[in-house]
Amino acid sequence: MLLVKVYVTLKKGVLDPKGTAVKSSLNSMGFEGVEDVRIGKYMEIKLNIDGREEAAEKVKEMCDKLLANPVIEDYDFEITEV
Amino acid sequence: MKFGVVVFPGSNCDVDCYNVVKNVLNKDVNYVWHKERLNDLDEYDCLILPGGFSYGDYLRPGAIARFANAMQGVIEFANKGGLVLGICNGFQVLLEAGLLPGAMQRNKNLKFRCHYSFIRVENSKLPFTLECSEGQVLKIPIAHGDGNYFVDEETLQQMKANDQIVFRYCDEDGNVTEQANPNGSIDNIAGICNKKGNVLGMMPHPERCAEDVLGSTHGKLIFDSIIKYLESRVENAR
Repeated sequence: MLLVKVYVTLKKGVLDPKGTAVKSSLNSMGFEGVEDVRIGKYMEIKLNIDGREEAAEKVKEMCDKLLANPVIEDYDFEITEV
Repeated sequence: MKFGVVVFPGSNCDVDCYNVVKNVLNKDVNYVWHKERLNDLDEYDCLILPGGFSYGDYLRPGAIARFANAMQGVIEFANKGGLVLGICNGFQVLLEAGLLPGAMQRNKNLKFRCHYSFIRVENSKLPFTLECSEGQVLKIPIAHGDGNYFVDEETLQQMKANDQIVFRYCDEDGNVTEQANPNGSIDNIAGICNKKGNVLGMMPHPERCAEDVLGSTHGKLIFDSIIKYLESRVENAR
């Protein structure tokens, strides 16, 4: 069994209203030096596939089609055995 | 002439759309359940994707609905030139499906905006707007948390060149100002169409203001336009 950790993040230059709100909250709580907050998504997918290469290919397709929106988001993933 | 209203789990403006077509416009209309495959596309003249929260907006608004069985038919229908109107969540589904360019983000001020808005008609030559005049100000309600339209600069320029920006948020007098922008949409965009002009996505809800009793009838102009277009198409075919 493989565990895939998928990270979906906002592209550079795309505004993040939620991140901006969290940043100003951190600022008002007194945390110093918080320059920017960008909120993304983290997903764990359990894959019942043996080959890592095949898994990577499948996950890439999942990201391109559903898990990320290529207009505003980038993605990255790592595959580990469990 | 027949309309179809696609119903996803979580759609909540499907009945309003159905009501306008059936009881205000007196046209034939069917619900299309999301599991249906829409095999007979010739049955419909216009498909409406209604507002709501399809699949709870999980992942991103419209992201999961876009892969519903019925959507494969909607995409085919649109590619064949059929009229597709996406309202609010329906607009988000069309973006996710790639039938329209761009993407939606959370409203800039993070508020769910639910009130009447003014929008300016920027393109009145479409099947959806030919009963409007260029620059006309429509009073149509909005109700959304994710209506902050985003598209990259290059695509935006192409859209402008192709007259794909159909509605822009404005004040009562038609001035497109930052103050009149309820959600942070790029260029105050409230509605866009595809290159061919047969697919329209709009955040405001025309089905909520197509009867006098509801405080505005400007939404009816959109539906009247569709009917006029479809009738003239039949005339021309004769």
